[in-house]
Amino acid sequence: MIENLEKTNGEPPVVLRGLHKSFGEQVVLNGIDLKVARGETLAVLGRSGTGKSVLLKIIIGIEKPDAGSVSIHGQEITGINLGKLNAIRRKMGFLFQQAALYDSLTVEENVAFPLKHNTNMPGSERQDRVEELLKSVGMEGDLKKMPSDISGGMQKRVGLARALALDPDILLLDEPTAGLDPITSGEIDELILKLQKEHAMASIVVTHDLQSAKTIAGRLALLHEGNVILEGTFADLEKSDDKFVTDFMRRDA
Amino acid sequence: MSSTASSNTALINGFFEWFGELGLFSWQVLRAAVTPPFEFRELARQIDEIGSKSFPLVALAGAAIGAILALETRDSLVRFGASSLLPAAVVYSIIHEIGPVVTGLVVCGRVGAGIGAELGSMKVTEQIDAIEVSAVNPYRLLAATRILACILVLPLLTLAADFCGVVMAWVADAMVDPITFHQFIHNGFSVFGFSDFLPPTFKTAVFGLIIGLVACFQGMRTRGGTEGVGRTATNSVVLSSLFVILADVIMVKLIVMFFP
Repeated sequence: MIENLEKTNGEPPVVLRGLHKSFGEQVVLNGIDLKVARGETLAVLGRSGTGKSVLLKIIIGIEKPDAGSVSIHGQEITGINLGKLNAIRRKMGFLFQQAALYDSLTVEENVAFPLKHNTNMPGSERQDRVEELLKSVGMEGDLKKMPSDISGGMQKRVGLARALALDPDILLLDEPTAGLDPITSGEIDELILKLQKEHAMASIVVTHDLQSAKTIAGRLALLHEGNVILEGTFADLEKSDDKFVTDFMRRDA
Repeated sequence: MSSTASSNTALINGFFEWFGELGLFSWQVLRAAVTPPFEFRELARQIDEIGSKSFPLVALAGAAIGAILALETRDSLVRFGASSLLPAAVVYSIIHEIGPVVTGLVVCGRVGAGIGAELGSMKVTEQIDAIEVSAVNPYRLLAATRILACILVLPLLTLAADFCGVVMAWVADAMVDPITFHQFIHNGFSVFGFSDFLPPTFKTAVFGLIIGLVACFQGMRTRGGTEGVGRTATNSVVLSSLFVILADVIMVKLIVMFFP
Protein backbone atom coordinates (compact mmCIF):
# COMPACT_ATOMS: atom_id res chain seq x y z
CA MET A 1 0.00 0.00 0.00
CA ILE A 2 2.84 2.41 0.87
CA GLU A 3 4.48 1.76 -2.52
CA ASN A 4 1.17 2.47 -4.29
CA LEU A 5 0.88 5.83 -2.56
CA GLU A 6 4.34 6.79 -3.73
CA LYS A 7 3.49 5.83 -7.31
CA THR A 8 0.26 7.79 -7.39
CA ASN A 9 1.27 10.86 -5.39
CA GLY A 10 5.04 11.17 -5.84
CA GLU A 11 7.00 11.84 -2.62
CA PRO A 12 4.47 11.61 0.23
CA PRO A 13 4.39 14.68 2.54
CA VAL A 14 5.22 12.55 5.59
CA VAL A 15 7.73 9.68 5.50
CA LEU A 16 9.02 8.02 8.68
CA ARG A 17 11.81 5.48 8.47
CA GLY A 18 13.15 3.31 11.28
CA LEU A 19 12.10 5.60 14.13
CA HIS A 20 13.40 4.60 17.54
CA LYS A 21 12.65 6.36 20.81
CA SER A 22 13.28 5.31 24.40
CA PHE A 23 12.75 7.02 27.73
CA GLY A 24 15.35 5.53 30.05
CA GLU A 25 14.92 1.76 29.94
CA GLN A 26 11.49 1.99 28.36
CA VAL A 27 11.50 1.47 24.59
CA VAL A 28 8.56 3.42 23.16
CA LEU A 29 9.17 3.28 19.41
CA ASN A 30 11.22 0.43 17.99
CA GLY A 31 11.68 1.02 14.28
CA ILE A 32 8.55 2.69 12.93
CA ASP A 33 8.12 3.04 9.15
CA LEU A 34 5.09 4.98 7.93
CA LYS A 35 4.12 7.17 4.99
CA VAL A 36 1.14 9.46 4.58
CA ALA A 37 0.09 10.83 1.22
CA ARG A 38 -1.56 14.18 0.42
CA GLY A 39 -5.31 14.04 1.04
CA GLU A 40 -4.94 10.84 3.06
CA THR A 41 -5.79 10.33 6.72
CA LEU A 42 -3.87 7.75 8.72
CA ALA A 43 -5.17 6.77 12.16
CA VAL A 44 -2.54 5.53 14.60
CA LEU A 45 -4.10 3.20 17.16
CA GLY A 46 -2.65 1.43 20.16
CA ARG A 47 -2.85 1.00 23.89
CA SER A 48 -2.11 3.89 26.23
CA GLY A 49 1.63 4.50 26.65
CA THR A 50 2.62 2.89 23.34
CA GLY A 51 4.16 6.12 22.06
CA LYS A 52 1.42 7.38 19.76
CA SER A 53 1.61 10.98 21.01
CA VAL A 54 5.42 10.78 21.09
CA LEU A 55 5.27 9.78 17.41
CA LEU A 56 3.31 12.95 16.56
CA LYS A 57 5.68 15.10 18.61
CA ILE A 58 8.65 13.61 16.74
CA ILE A 59 6.98 14.39 13.41
CA ILE A 60 6.59 18.07 14.33
CA GLY A 61 10.04 18.23 15.92
CA ILE A 62 9.29 18.86 19.60
CA GLU A 63 10.71 15.44 20.52
CA LYS A 64 13.89 14.09 18.98
CA PRO A 65 14.09 10.44 17.91
CA ASP A 66 17.02 8.33 19.14
CA ALA A 67 17.43 6.96 15.61
CA GLY A 68 15.63 7.00 12.28
CA SER A 69 14.48 9.69 9.91
CA VAL A 70 11.48 12.00 9.54
CA SER A 71 11.03 13.45 6.10
CA ILE A 72 8.49 16.24 5.57
CA HIS A 73 7.88 17.17 1.94
CA GLY A 74 11.13 15.43 1.12
CA GLN A 75 13.17 17.35 3.70
CA GLU A 76 14.79 15.55 6.60
CA ILE A 77 13.89 17.35 9.85
CA THR A 78 15.96 15.47 12.42
CA GLY A 79 19.04 17.56 13.12
CA ILE A 80 18.11 20.64 11.06
CA ASN A 81 18.41 24.10 12.59
CA LEU A 82 15.47 25.83 14.27
CA GLY A 83 14.95 28.37 11.46
CA LYS A 84 14.49 25.63 8.85
CA LEU A 85 12.40 23.53 11.22
CA ASN A 86 10.08 26.47 11.88
CA ALA A 87 9.69 27.02 8.11
CA ILE A 88 8.48 23.40 7.89
CA ARG A 89 6.27 23.76 10.97
CA ARG A 90 4.43 26.63 9.26
CA LYS A 91 3.13 24.01 6.82
CA MET A 92 1.89 21.81 9.65
CA GLY A 93 -1.02 22.04 12.07
CA PHE A 94 -1.15 20.28 15.43
CA LEU A 95 -4.15 19.65 17.67
CA PHE A 96 -3.12 18.72 21.21
CA GLN A 97 -4.90 16.13 23.32
CA GLN A 98 -6.10 18.76 25.82
CA ALA A 99 -6.24 21.46 23.09
CA ALA A 100 -3.42 23.39 24.88
CA LEU A 101 -5.08 26.77 24.32
CA TYR A 102 -3.19 29.74 25.78
CA ASP A 103 -5.21 30.35 28.92
CA SER A 104 -4.32 34.04 29.19
CA LEU A 105 -5.63 34.77 25.67
CA THR A 106 -9.21 34.88 24.38
CA VAL A 107 -10.52 32.42 21.80
CA GLU A 108 -9.86 34.84 18.92
CA GLU A 109 -6.37 35.72 20.23
CA ASN A 110 -5.55 32.01 20.40
CA VAL A 111 -6.47 31.54 16.74
CA ALA A 112 -4.71 34.78 15.76
CA PHE A 113 -1.48 33.72 17.53
CA PRO A 114 0.15 31.79 14.64
CA LEU A 115 -0.92 34.48 12.15
CA LYS A 116 0.42 37.30 14.29
CA HIS A 117 3.81 35.66 14.74
CA ASN A 118 4.30 34.16 11.26
CA THR A 119 2.71 36.53 8.76
CA ASN A 120 2.68 40.23 7.98
CA MET A 121 -1.09 40.19 7.65
CA PRO A 122 -2.65 43.59 8.51
CA GLY A 123 -4.85 43.62 11.63
CA SER A 124 -8.18 43.83 9.79
CA GLU A 125 -7.26 41.02 7.39
CA ARG A 126 -6.08 38.90 10.32
CA GLN A 127 -9.34 39.51 12.12
CA ASP A 128 -11.30 38.41 9.03
CA ARG A 129 -9.19 35.26 8.78
CA VAL A 130 -9.73 34.46 12.50
CA GLU A 131 -13.48 34.93 12.14
CA GLU A 132 -13.51 32.76 9.03
CA LEU A 133 -11.56 30.00 10.81
CA LEU A 134 -13.77 30.12 13.90
CA LYS A 135 -16.87 30.03 11.68
CA SER A 136 -15.52 26.94 9.91
CA VAL A 137 -15.37 25.13 13.28
CA GLY A 138 -18.73 26.48 14.49
CA MET A 139 -17.30 28.87 17.08
CA GLU A 140 -18.13 32.22 15.50
CA GLY A 141 -20.18 33.35 18.51
CA ASP A 142 -17.44 32.87 21.13
CA LEU A 143 -14.62 35.11 19.94
CA LYS A 144 -14.18 37.03 23.19
CA LYS A 145 -14.50 34.10 25.59
CA MET A 146 -11.55 32.79 27.59
CA PRO A 147 -10.58 29.11 27.16
CA SER A 148 -11.63 28.42 30.77
CA ASP A 149 -15.17 29.59 29.94
CA ILE A 150 -15.80 27.06 27.16
CA SER A 151 -16.34 23.28 27.22
CA GLY A 152 -13.78 20.60 26.30
CA GLY A 153 -15.42 20.03 22.90
CA MET A 154 -15.38 23.76 22.16
CA GLN A 155 -11.71 23.95 23.20
CA LYS A 156 -10.96 21.19 20.68
CA ARG A 157 -12.76 23.17 17.99
CA VAL A 158 -10.75 26.29 18.80
CA GLY A 159 -7.57 24.18 18.85
CA LEU A 160 -8.50 22.89 15.41
CA ALA A 161 -9.08 26.43 14.13
CA ARG A 162 -5.66 27.44 15.50
CA ALA A 163 -4.05 24.39 13.87
CA LEU A 164 -5.54 25.44 10.51
CA ALA A 165 -4.62 29.12 10.84
CA LEU A 166 -1.55 28.97 8.58
CA ASP A 167 -3.38 26.81 6.03
CA PRO A 168 -1.20 23.73 6.62
CA ASP A 169 -0.89 20.81 4.27
CA ILE A 170 -0.10 18.36 7.06
CA LEU A 171 -2.45 18.04 10.05
CA LEU A 172 -1.54 16.12 13.20
CA LEU A 173 -4.35 15.35 15.62
CA ASP A 174 -3.63 13.94 19.07
CA GLU A 175 -6.73 12.21 20.48
CA PRO A 176 -9.23 14.68 18.97
CA THR A 177 -12.20 12.97 20.65
CA ALA A 178 -10.61 12.00 23.99
CA GLY A 179 -12.72 12.95 27.01
CA LEU A 180 -15.72 14.00 24.92
CA ASP A 181 -19.22 12.56 25.01
CA PRO A 182 -20.27 10.41 22.00
CA ILE A 183 -22.37 13.15 20.41
CA THR A 184 -19.61 15.78 20.66
CA SER A 185 -17.09 13.17 19.44
CA GLY A 186 -19.28 12.57 16.40
CA GLU A 187 -19.47 16.32 15.76
CA ILE A 188 -15.66 16.65 15.98
CA ASP A 189 -15.28 13.70 13.57
CA GLU A 190 -17.69 15.34 11.13
CA LEU A 191 -15.76 18.59 11.44
CA ILE A 192 -12.43 16.86 10.76
CA LEU A 193 -13.92 15.13 7.70
CA LYS A 194 -15.29 18.44 6.41
CA LEU A 195 -11.96 20.21 6.92
CA GLN A 196 -10.05 17.37 5.26
CA LYS A 197 -12.30 17.64 2.20
CA GLU A 198 -11.82 21.41 2.06
CA HIS A 199 -8.05 21.45 2.59
CA ALA A 200 -6.90 18.05 1.16
CA MET A 201 -4.21 17.70 3.84
CA ALA A 202 -2.10 14.72 4.80
CA SER A 203 -3.46 13.92 8.27
CA ILE A 204 -2.29 11.68 11.07
CA VAL A 205 -4.80 11.06 13.85
CA VAL A 206 -3.74 9.41 17.07
CA THR A 207 -6.75 7.88 18.77
CA HIS A 208 -8.14 5.16 21.02
CA ASP A 209 -11.57 5.69 19.58
CA LEU A 210 -12.19 2.91 17.04
CA GLN A 211 -15.45 4.46 15.83
CA SER A 212 -13.71 7.79 15.27
CA ALA A 213 -10.80 6.08 13.44
CA LYS A 214 -13.28 4.23 11.22
CA THR A 215 -15.10 7.47 10.39
CA ILE A 216 -12.21 9.80 9.64
CA ALA A 217 -9.30 7.61 8.52
CA GLY A 218 -8.82 5.76 5.25
CA ARG A 219 -5.91 3.79 6.63
CA LEU A 220 -4.99 2.63 10.12
CA ALA A 221 -1.75 1.61 11.80
CA LEU A 222 -1.84 -0.37 15.02
CA LEU A 223 1.12 0.17 17.37
CA HIS A 224 2.13 -2.51 19.84
CA GLU A 225 5.36 -2.77 21.84
CA GLY A 226 7.03 -0.09 19.73
CA ASN A 227 6.18 -1.60 16.35
CA VAL A 228 3.44 -1.24 13.76
CA ILE A 229 1.91 -4.69 13.93
CA LEU A 230 -0.80 -4.06 11.37
CA GLU A 231 -1.35 -1.43 8.71
CA GLY A 232 -4.38 -1.31 6.47
CA THR A 233 -8.04 -0.39 6.28
CA PHE A 234 -10.54 -0.83 9.10
CA ALA A 235 -11.80 -3.94 7.26
CA ASP A 236 -8.23 -5.36 7.36
CA LEU A 237 -8.19 -4.83 11.12
CA GLU A 238 -11.52 -6.58 11.51
CA LYS A 239 -10.36 -9.52 9.38
CA SER A 240 -7.07 -10.00 11.25
CA ASP A 241 -6.71 -13.17 13.32
CA ASP A 242 -3.76 -11.79 15.35
CA LYS A 243 -4.63 -12.18 19.04
CA PHE A 244 -3.63 -8.62 20.02
CA VAL A 245 -5.57 -7.14 17.09
CA THR A 246 -8.70 -9.12 17.85
CA ASP A 247 -8.43 -8.29 21.57
CA PHE A 248 -7.92 -4.61 20.71
CA MET A 249 -10.95 -4.63 18.43
CA ARG A 250 -12.99 -6.29 21.19
CA ARG A 251 -11.49 -3.72 23.63
CA ASP A 252 -9.82 -6.50 25.67
CA ALA A 253 -6.23 -5.57 24.94
CA MET B 1 27.19 2.74 53.68
CA SER B 2 27.14 2.09 49.94
CA SER B 3 23.61 3.51 49.68
CA THR B 4 24.85 6.74 51.36
CA ALA B 5 27.74 6.90 48.87
CA SER B 6 25.43 6.34 45.90
CA SER B 7 22.96 8.97 47.16
CA ASN B 8 25.85 11.43 47.55
CA THR B 9 26.98 10.64 43.99
CA ALA B 10 23.43 11.20 42.72
CA LEU B 11 23.31 14.52 44.59
CA ILE B 12 26.62 15.68 43.09
CA ASN B 13 25.51 14.52 39.62
CA GLY B 14 22.21 16.38 40.04
CA PHE B 15 24.08 19.53 41.10
CA PHE B 16 26.34 19.53 38.02
CA GLU B 17 23.47 18.48 35.75
CA TRP B 18 21.40 21.46 36.97
CA PHE B 19 24.21 23.91 36.25
CA GLY B 20 24.89 22.29 32.88
CA GLU B 21 21.24 22.56 31.87
CA LEU B 22 21.13 26.16 33.15
CA GLY B 23 24.15 26.94 30.96
CA LEU B 24 22.48 25.45 27.88
CA PHE B 25 19.24 27.26 28.69
CA SER B 26 21.12 30.58 29.07
CA TRP B 27 22.80 30.06 25.71
CA GLN B 28 19.47 29.35 23.98
CA VAL B 29 17.87 32.42 25.57
CA LEU B 30 20.84 34.63 24.65
CA ARG B 31 20.77 33.41 21.04
CA ALA B 32 17.01 33.96 20.84
CA ALA B 33 17.28 37.42 22.44
CA VAL B 34 19.81 38.81 19.96
CA THR B 35 18.21 37.48 16.76
CA PRO B 36 15.07 38.98 15.16
CA PRO B 37 12.12 39.08 15.34
CA PHE B 38 12.20 41.01 18.62
CA GLU B 39 9.18 40.73 20.88
CA PHE B 40 8.92 44.41 21.92
CA ARG B 41 5.21 44.24 22.72
CA GLU B 42 5.66 41.25 25.02
CA LEU B 43 8.69 42.96 26.61
CA ALA B 44 6.58 46.06 27.36
CA ARG B 45 3.84 43.84 28.84
CA GLN B 46 6.37 42.10 31.07
CA ILE B 47 7.92 45.41 32.21
CA ASP B 48 4.42 46.48 33.25
CA GLU B 49 3.65 43.11 34.86
CA ILE B 50 6.94 42.84 36.75
CA GLY B 51 7.64 46.52 37.34
CA SER B 52 4.45 48.39 38.08
CA LYS B 53 2.81 45.47 39.88
CA SER B 54 5.85 44.96 42.14
CA PHE B 55 6.09 48.67 42.90
CA PRO B 56 3.63 48.84 45.86
CA LEU B 57 5.25 45.89 47.67
CA VAL B 58 8.80 47.14 47.06
CA ALA B 59 7.85 50.69 48.13
CA LEU B 60 6.18 49.38 51.28
CA ALA B 61 9.15 47.18 52.16
CA GLY B 62 11.57 50.08 51.54
CA ALA B 63 9.46 52.44 53.69
CA ALA B 64 9.24 49.93 56.55
CA ILE B 65 12.98 49.26 56.49
CA GLY B 66 13.72 53.01 56.41
CA ALA B 67 11.55 53.67 59.48
CA ILE B 68 12.94 50.70 61.43
CA LEU B 69 16.50 51.61 60.56
CA ALA B 70 16.02 55.22 61.75
CA LEU B 71 14.46 54.13 65.05
CA GLU B 72 17.04 51.41 65.76
CA THR B 73 20.04 53.50 64.72
CA ARG B 74 18.95 56.46 66.81
CA ASP B 75 19.27 54.43 70.05
CA SER B 76 22.81 53.33 69.19
CA LEU B 77 24.01 56.76 68.09
CA VAL B 78 22.52 58.57 71.10
CA ARG B 79 24.62 56.35 73.41
CA PHE B 80 27.76 57.70 71.71
CA GLY B 81 26.44 61.26 71.51
CA ALA B 82 26.46 61.08 67.71
CA SER B 83 22.75 61.46 66.91
CA SER B 84 23.57 64.20 64.37
CA LEU B 85 25.13 61.49 62.22
CA LEU B 86 21.82 59.66 61.98
CA PRO B 87 20.72 60.98 58.54
CA ALA B 88 24.09 60.11 56.97
CA ALA B 89 24.19 56.63 58.58
CA VAL B 90 20.63 55.77 57.57
CA VAL B 91 20.83 57.15 54.01
CA TYR B 92 24.18 55.42 53.46
CA SER B 93 22.82 52.07 54.73
CA ILE B 94 19.65 52.28 52.67
CA ILE B 95 21.26 53.29 49.38
CA HIS B 96 24.37 51.17 49.72
CA GLU B 97 22.95 47.88 50.83
CA ILE B 98 19.51 47.60 52.34
CA GLY B 99 17.51 49.14 49.48
CA PRO B 100 19.09 46.92 46.76
CA VAL B 101 18.95 43.72 48.82
CA VAL B 102 15.40 44.22 50.08
CA THR B 103 14.26 45.01 46.52
CA GLY B 104 16.05 41.91 45.20
CA LEU B 105 14.52 39.62 47.81
CA VAL B 106 11.01 41.08 47.52
CA VAL B 107 11.13 40.64 43.73
CA CYS B 108 12.48 37.09 44.21
CA GLY B 109 9.36 36.30 46.19
CA ARG B 110 6.77 38.04 44.04
CA VAL B 111 8.18 37.75 40.54
CA GLY B 112 10.24 34.55 40.94
CA ALA B 113 7.22 32.60 42.15
CA GLY B 114 4.97 34.25 39.56
CA ILE B 115 7.18 33.50 36.57
CA GLY B 116 7.99 29.98 37.81
CA ALA B 117 4.33 29.09 38.36
CA GLU B 118 3.14 30.72 35.12
CA LEU B 119 5.71 29.03 32.88
CA GLY B 120 5.40 25.79 34.88
CA SER B 121 1.63 25.71 34.27
CA MET B 122 2.19 26.48 30.59
CA LYS B 123 4.70 23.64 30.39
CA VAL B 124 2.52 20.96 32.01
CA THR B 125 -0.55 21.97 29.98
CA GLU B 126 1.52 21.79 26.73
CA GLN B 127 1.05 25.51 26.03
CA ILE B 128 4.82 25.88 25.54
CA ASP B 129 4.74 22.98 23.06
CA ALA B 130 1.83 24.74 21.34
CA ILE B 131 3.96 27.89 20.97
CA GLU B 132 6.76 25.78 19.51
CA VAL B 133 4.52 24.01 16.96
CA SER B 134 3.24 27.45 15.89
CA ALA B 135 6.82 28.08 14.68
CA VAL B 136 7.45 30.59 17.49
CA ASN B 137 10.57 30.32 19.64
CA PRO B 138 9.42 30.05 23.29
CA TYR B 139 12.90 31.03 24.52
CA ARG B 140 12.43 34.38 22.75
CA LEU B 141 8.75 34.95 23.49
CA LEU B 142 8.61 33.71 27.09
CA ALA B 143 12.10 33.64 28.60
CA ALA B 144 14.09 36.46 26.92
CA THR B 145 11.30 39.00 27.45
CA ARG B 146 10.85 38.14 31.14
CA ILE B 147 14.58 38.09 31.88
CA LEU B 148 15.17 41.39 30.09
CA ALA B 149 12.20 42.96 31.88
CA CYS B 150 13.64 41.86 35.25
CA ILE B 151 17.06 43.33 34.34
CA LEU B 152 15.54 46.69 33.33
CA VAL B 153 13.05 46.96 36.15
CA LEU B 154 15.15 46.02 39.20
CA PRO B 155 17.28 49.24 39.28
CA LEU B 156 14.09 51.33 38.94
CA LEU B 157 12.39 49.44 41.74
CA THR B 158 15.53 49.88 43.83
CA LEU B 159 15.29 53.66 43.35
CA ALA B 160 11.68 53.49 44.54
CA ALA B 161 12.65 51.43 47.61
CA ASP B 162 15.54 53.83 48.38
CA PHE B 163 13.30 56.88 48.05
CA CYS B 164 10.53 55.45 50.26
CA GLY B 165 13.12 54.25 52.78
CA VAL B 166 14.76 57.69 53.04
CA VAL B 167 11.41 59.48 53.33
CA MET B 168 10.16 57.13 56.05
CA ALA B 169 13.51 57.35 57.87
CA TRP B 170 13.04 61.15 57.96
CA VAL B 171 9.44 60.77 59.21
CA ALA B 172 10.58 58.37 61.97
CA ASP B 173 13.51 60.62 62.89
CA ALA B 174 11.44 63.83 62.82
CA MET B 175 8.86 62.32 65.18
CA VAL B 176 11.56 61.98 67.87
CA ASP B 177 13.78 64.94 67.06
CA PRO B 178 12.15 67.54 64.73
CA ILE B 179 14.19 68.11 61.56
CA THR B 180 13.13 69.47 58.17
CA PHE B 181 13.19 67.15 55.18
CA HIS B 182 15.61 69.50 53.45
CA GLN B 183 18.00 69.38 56.43
CA PHE B 184 17.69 65.58 56.70
CA ILE B 185 18.52 65.13 53.01
CA HIS B 186 21.36 67.67 53.21
CA ASN B 187 22.90 65.88 56.20
CA GLY B 188 22.20 62.45 54.74
CA PHE B 189 23.88 63.08 51.39
CA SER B 190 26.75 65.20 52.77
CA VAL B 191 29.10 62.19 52.79
CA PHE B 192 27.80 60.83 49.49
CA GLY B 193 29.42 60.96 46.06
CA PHE B 194 27.87 59.88 42.74
CA SER B 195 30.09 56.79 42.70
CA ASP B 196 28.57 55.73 46.03
CA PHE B 197 25.13 55.84 44.52
CA LEU B 198 25.44 54.25 41.06
CA PRO B 199 27.15 50.85 41.64
CA PRO B 200 24.80 49.64 44.41
CA THR B 201 21.75 50.68 42.40
CA PHE B 202 22.86 49.13 39.13
CA LYS B 203 24.10 45.92 40.73
CA THR B 204 20.39 45.07 41.06
CA ALA B 205 20.32 44.57 37.27
CA VAL B 206 22.38 41.44 38.05
CA PHE B 207 19.77 40.47 40.65
CA GLY B 208 17.17 40.89 37.89
CA LEU B 209 19.17 38.63 35.58
CA ILE B 210 19.40 35.98 38.30
CA ILE B 211 15.69 36.15 39.23
CA GLY B 212 14.48 36.06 35.62
CA LEU B 213 16.91 33.36 34.52
CA VAL B 214 16.32 31.01 37.46
CA ALA B 215 12.51 31.42 37.39
CA CYS B 216 12.25 30.94 33.60
CA PHE B 217 14.63 27.97 33.70
CA GLN B 218 12.72 26.29 36.53
CA GLY B 219 9.39 27.05 34.86
CA MET B 220 10.31 25.72 31.44
CA ARG B 221 11.65 22.43 32.80
CA THR B 222 8.65 21.71 35.04
CA ARG B 223 7.49 18.09 35.18
CA GLY B 224 4.66 16.37 37.00
CA GLY B 225 1.38 18.28 36.88
CA THR B 226 0.15 20.64 39.60
CA GLU B 227 2.56 19.21 42.18
CA GLY B 228 5.40 20.00 39.78
CA VAL B 229 4.12 23.57 39.33
CA GLY B 230 4.08 24.05 43.12
CA ARG B 231 7.60 22.68 43.38
CA THR B 232 8.74 24.99 40.59
CA ALA B 233 7.29 28.08 42.29
CA THR B 234 9.01 27.17 45.57
CA ASN B 235 12.33 26.30 43.92
CA SER B 236 12.27 29.51 41.87
CA VAL B 237 11.95 31.62 45.02
CA VAL B 238 14.45 29.62 47.10
CA LEU B 239 17.13 29.37 44.40
CA SER B 240 16.81 32.93 43.14
CA SER B 241 16.95 34.30 46.73
CA LEU B 242 20.02 32.18 47.45
CA PHE B 243 21.81 33.30 44.27
CA VAL B 244 20.84 36.95 44.83
CA ILE B 245 22.42 36.86 48.31
CA LEU B 246 25.56 35.12 46.98
CA ALA B 247 25.80 37.56 44.07
CA ASP B 248 25.42 40.45 46.51
CA VAL B 249 28.37 39.27 48.59
CA ILE B 250 30.53 39.00 45.46
CA MET B 251 29.41 42.34 44.07
CA VAL B 252 29.91 44.19 47.35
CA LYS B 253 33.51 42.95 47.30
CA LEU B 254 33.93 44.04 43.67
CA ILE B 255 32.36 47.47 44.34
CA VAL B 256 34.68 48.01 47.31
CA MET B 257 37.63 47.04 45.07
CA PHE B 258 36.73 49.12 42.03
CA PHE B 259 34.89 52.08 43.65
CA PRO B 260 36.82 52.55 46.92
